Amino acid sequence: MSARSTIDVSRLPTYAFGHRSLMWWATMGMIAIEGTVFAIAIVAYFYLRGLSDAWPPSSAAPDLLYGTLNTVILLVSGIPNHLAARAAEREDLRSVRLWMVSCLALGVAFQAVRALEYLTLNTHWTQNAYGSIVFALLTLHTVHMITDFIDTAVLTVLMFTGPLSGRRYVDVNENADYWWFVVAAWIPIYFTIYLVPRFFP
Amino acid sequence: MSQIEQTWADAPGLKGWLSTMDHKRVGVRFVVTTLVFFALAGLLAAVMRLQLARADNHLVGPDLYNQLFSVHGTAMMFLFAVPVMEAVALYLIPLMVGTRAVAFPRLNAYGYWLFLFGGVMLFVVFALNIGPEAGWFNYVPLSGPEFSAGKRSDFWAQLITFTEVSALIGAIVIITTAFKMRAPGMTLARMPLFVWAMVVTAFMIVFAMPSVMLASTFLITDRLISTQFYNPAEGGDVLLWQHLFWFFGHPEVYIIFVPALGMISEILPTFARRRVVGYAAMVIALVAIAFLSFGLWVHHMFTTGLPPLGMSFFTAASIMIALPTGLQIFCWIATLATGKRVQFATPLLFVIGFFFIFIIGGLTGVMLGATTLDSQLHDSYFVVAHLHYVLIGGAVFPLFGGFYYWFPKLTGRMLSERAGRWNFWLFFIGFNVAFFPMHILGLQGMPRRVYTYSAASGWENLNLLSTVGAVTIAVSMLVFLVNVVVSVRRRERAPDNPWNASGLEWATSCPPPAYNFMAIPVVNSRTPLWEKEFPVAEVTGLPEILRTTLVTRLHDAEPDHVAILPSPSIWPFLAALATTVMFIGSVFTPWAMVWGAVPVAITLIGWFWPDKEETARMLSIEVKPPEGEARVEALREVLS
Amino acid sequence: MNHEVLAPGGPLSSQIAQLFWIFVGVAAVVYLVVIGFLVAALRRRNEANARTAVRAVSVAVGITSVILLGLGLSDFFAQRVIAASPKDPLRVRVTAHQWWWEIEYSDGQPSRRVRTANELRIPTQRPVELELTADDVIHSFWVPSLQGKKDLLPGYTTRLDLVASRPGVYEGQCAEFCGFQHAHMSIDVIALDPEEYSRWYDAQLASAPEPSDPVALHGREVFMGSTCVMCHNIQGTDASGSVGPDLTHVAGRRRLAAGTLPNTPVNLAGWIRDPQAVKPGTRMPATQLSGEDLAALTTYLSELR
Repeated sequence: MSARSTIDVSRLPTYAFGHRSLMWWATMGMIAIEGTVFAIAIVAYFYLRGLSDAWPPSSAAPDLLYGTLNTVILLVSGIPNHLAARAAEREDLRSVRLWMVSCLALGVAFQAVRALEYLTLNTHWTQNAYGSIVFALLTLHTVHMITDFIDTAVLTVLMFTGPLSGRRYVDVNENADYWWFVVAAWIPIYFTIYLVPRFFP
Repeated sequence: MSQIEQTWADAPGLKGWLSTMDHKRVGVRFVVTTLVFFALAGLLAAVMRLQLARADNHLVGPDLYNQLFSVHGTAMMFLFAVPVMEAVALYLIPLMVGTRAVAFPRLNAYGYWLFLFGGVMLFVVFALNIGPEAGWFNYVPLSGPEFSAGKRSDFWAQLITFTEVSALIGAIVIITTAFKMRAPGMTLARMPLFVWAMVVTAFMIVFAMPSVMLASTFLITDRLISTQFYNPAEGGDVLLWQHLFWFFGHPEVYIIFVPALGMISEILPTFARRRVVGYAAMVIALVAIAFLSFGLWVHHMFTTGLPPLGMSFFTAASIMIALPTGLQIFCWIATLATGKRVQFATPLLFVIGFFFIFIIGGLTGVMLGATTLDSQLHDSYFVVAHLHYVLIGGAVFPLFGGFYYWFPKLTGRMLSERAGRWNFWLFFIGFNVAFFPMHILGLQGMPRRVYTYSAASGWENLNLLSTVGAVTIAVSMLVFLVNVVVSVRRRERAPDNPWNASGLEWATSCPPPAYNFMAIPVVNSRTPLWEKEFPVAEVTGLPEILRTTLVTRLHDAEPDHVAILPSPSIWPFLAALATTVMFIGSVFTPWAMVWGAVPVAITLIGWFWPDKEETARMLSIEVKPPEGEARVEALREVLS
Repeated sequence: MNHEVLAPGGPLSSQIAQLFWIFVGVAAVVYLVVIGFLVAALRRRNEANARTAVRAVSVAVGITSVILLGLGLSDFFAQRVIAASPKDPLRVRVTAHQWWWEIEYSDGQPSRRVRTANELRIPTQRPVELELTADDVIHSFWVPSLQGKKDLLPGYTTRLDLVASRPGVYEGQCAEFCGFQHAHMSIDVIALDPEEYSRWYDAQLASAPEPSDPVALHGREVFMGSTCVMCHNIQGTDASGSVGPDLTHVAGRRRLAAGTLPNTPVNLAGWIRDPQAVKPGTRMPATQLSGEDLAALTTYLSELR
C-alpha cells in the first residue's frame, strides 16, 4: 500500500454551495417529488372539469381578491428570500438574519391572507368533486407553505443562537431554494383555482 | 482502535442498534425485514392455494379470502418487492462506487423505520381481522365510503403513505450517493450497471409515487371527511382512481424489475468472466424502459370502454417496451457467448432461471398489451400467471441470485452450494407447476379473485396441480432459510472476492469495516478489480476526527469537496415513531394531522439541531470554499 | 366446457381466438430461438467473436422490432373489425348489481320490453348490442366463448357486442372484483334459433301465469304477505319491487342466484329459507316460513315459466 500513488484531499473545502452540495440534491429531489404532486393534482382538476358540463358546477367561482393579494405577497417574499440566499453565500451573518426574519414576516402575512382565501372560495369540499379538488389544490400548497415557514423559522432561530458552522450557510441557501419552489408552484395553482373557472368556464 | 475505527464505531447494545447510521447495518436489517414480509405474504398465498385446491371448498370463507389476496398482493408489492431492491441498493451502492457512506445517513435510517412500522401496521390489522379486502389496487367505489365499511380501506391507504414516503426517501439517497460520491475516476461511463439501474429506478420512484399518494389521499378524504373525488353522483369519477393508481402502478412494476436487471448485469459477467457486451446500449435500454413505462398505464384499463384510438396508442407503447428489454437479454447472451468458459454456481443458476421464466412472462405481456386479446385475458387467471412470471422470474430469481452472490460480502461466509442447488430447482420447478396452469385456467374462463368455484366449471384439476406447485415453492424457501441460518454461523470465512468479480465492493473485506474502505480508491476502468493494477491511486487526507468522505463531480467524478456526515443519532427512530402516530391517528380522525404534527416537528428539530461539541470539531477542520478552491484546481490538474 | 376463450361460439370470439393463436405461435418460436441461443452460449467451449456477437445483437433487435410491429398491426386490424358497430343489432340493457345481473331488452314500445335477470337469451346469427352500466361498484361482463369482456361502471354506459353462431348455452362470470360474492356472479347466455327466440320473447312479455292449484295459490298469498314483495317484481301481481331480480318467469331460468345453484324446486326452497348459507353476504335476507308455507311458495314460483 505504501508504494501507491496518492491523492491528498486534506485542504479541500469541507462544504460547498449550490449543486456541488449534497443538500442541494436533497432539496431538488424534494422539489421534483412535490412538483409532481402539484402537477398531477392540477391534471386531476382539468380531468374532472372535462367530465363536467358546467364548471364550477353549481357555485360561483372563487373570489379573486385574497388569492391575488397572496400572489403578490408571495412574489414580494422572493426578494428577501433571494437576498438571504446571497447573504448566505457570502457568509454574512447579519444580513442572513435580517432577510430571513423578513421572509418570516411575509410568511405570517401570507398565512393570514390564506385563511381569508379559504373563506372566500365559494364552495366546500363536501359539495362536489369541484369543491373537493379546489380545496385539495389550495391545501396542498398551504401545507407546503406552513412546513416551509416552520423550517425557515427553526433555521432563523439557529442563526441567532448557534452553534454555527459553515455548513449552516449551505442550509440557509438550500432553504431559500425550497422557498422559491413554494412561490413558483403557487403560480399554476393560482391560475387553476382562480382564473380557469372565471375566464375559461 | 485506530482513529477512523473509533469515529465510525457505533455505540454498543440497544442504543447503538437504534441509532446506527451505518448504511450496511441499516441495509441488512432492511433486507431481513422485507424477507420476513415476503415469507408472511407467501404464507397467505399458501392458504389461498389450499382453499382453491378443491371446488366449493370451505377452508376459508369469502371475507377471509378477500383479505388474504388483498394483503398478499399489498404486502408483496409494497413491503417486499420495491423495498428489498432499495435495501440491497442502499447496502451495495456506497461499496460499488467507492465511498464510505450514503449521502444522507439519518434520512436513510428514518426511511427504514417508517417502512417497518407501516408493515407492522398492515399485519396487525390483518391479524385483528380488519385487514384490507378490496384487492391490492383497491378500486373505488368498492373501497370507497359507501361499499367498504370500517377502517380496512383506510389502513390500506395509509400503508401506501408509509411505504411510499420510505421509497421516496430511498430514491433521494440513492440518486445523490450515486451522482455525487463516486470514487475519483469513476466517470458515469464507468459506473456499475447495477448503480445505473438503481439511479433509473430512483427517478421512476420520484415521478410515479406522487400519483398513488394523491390517489390514496383522495380516497382517505372521501371516506373520512366526505370529499367527492370518486363519487359520480357529485361530479367525481370512478376512473379517476384507476388513472391515478395505474399511472403509478405501471412504473411500479418496472421499479421492481429494473433493479433486478441491474443485478443480472453484475452477476452474469462475473461468471462469463468478461465485461458485459454493449454497456452503452444497456444504459440506454434502462433509461428507455423507464421513460416508456410511464406511457403504458392505460393497458390496465382496456376493458373500461375508453376510446379505441387512445387505446391503440397504449398498445403500441406496451408492445414497444419489449424492445429495450429484449436488447438487454440479447446483450447478456452475447456476453455469455464471448466470455471465457462459463463458470457455474448458484448465483448464475438463478440468473439462468430468470431467462427461462421471465421471457415467458414478457411474451404473455405482449399478448396482454394487445387490446383485442386483453379483452379476453384481462382479470382472468391468465393475468395472475403473467404477473407472477414477470415478477418472480424477472425480479425474484435475480434477487435470489443476488443473495447467493453478495451473501459473502454481507456476512463473511459463503452460502452452501449444495443447498443452493436444491433451493433453485425446487423453486424453479415449483414455480412452473404452480403458475403455468394458470394460463390455461384463464383461457378456460376462470376470473381473478374468486374464493371458490363450482365443480361443474372443470377448473379443479389444474387448481390442484397449481397448489402442489405452491407447496413446492414453500419447501424451497425453507431450504433457503435453513441455508442462511446454517451458513451464517459457519466457521470458515469467505475471501474478500470469492467470485473473482470486477466491482469495487469486492475490494474490501467480507464484511466490510464500518467505514467501507481503508482508503478510498481511484479507478480508471469499468472493471477496476480486473485491471493489472488496482487501485490506480488512493485518496489520503480525509479528516478522521469526524465521519468524512469525498464528494466528487457528477460527470467526471473529480474531487470537489469533503463532506462531513452526521454522527449516530436516535432522532430518526423517534421521528419515525412520531410520524407513525400521526399517520395511524389520521386513519381515525383528520385532526391527527394537526396534533400529530407537533411531535413530528419536535423530533425533526432534534434531528437537525447541531450538537455543540460536534460543531466545535467541524470548525476545527473547516475549510471554507474560497480557501479550498485553489486546492481543488490543483488536484484536477494532477488527475488529468 | 362452454366458457372457453379457445372454443369460440361466434364470429367475434373466433376472431380473438385466431389472433391469440398467431401470438402464441410467434411467441413459441421466439422463446425457443432465444433459449436456444442462451443454452448454446452457456455450453460452448470456445469464445465467440465479439464483433459477430454485437452484430448478432443488432440483427436480433431488428427482427424483434419487425415482429413487434407485425403483432401490433395484427391487433390493430382485429380490433377494428371487432369494434365495428353492427347493423340493426338487438339492444339489451344490462345493469350490474352486487351480485346479480339486471337485464332489460330495449324496444321502442315500453310494453314490449322484457325484464329478467342473470340469464340473457339471444337469437343466433344476429348481433346483440349490450348497453352496460352498474348500480353500485365496478363489475365486468365476460362470456369467454362469445366475446371479450367489458366493465360495467357506475356513472358510465359502456357497450359490448355479442354474436352467437349456433344455439347453445354459453356461461360467463363477473370478471372485476366486486366484493364478497364476486365468485358467485355468473351469467348464462342462451342462444336460440330465431323462431324459438321469438316464441320465448313473446312468452316473456306475458304476465305471470295464474296459480294452477290451491297449493300454488296459497304460495302466491305467502309471497304477497312476506317481505318478498319489497324487493321483487312479478308482472300481473301487486309485487313490484325493483331491488332484486324480476321473478315473473323465474322458473324458466337455468340457474338461480346468479349461477350459484341449478334451478330446481329443492334448491329454490333452500335458497329462500337461508340465502346466507348458500351465498354468504348476499343482500337477500332469510325468510322465516313454516314448512308448509315454504313448500307452497316454492310450488307457486316453480310454475312461473
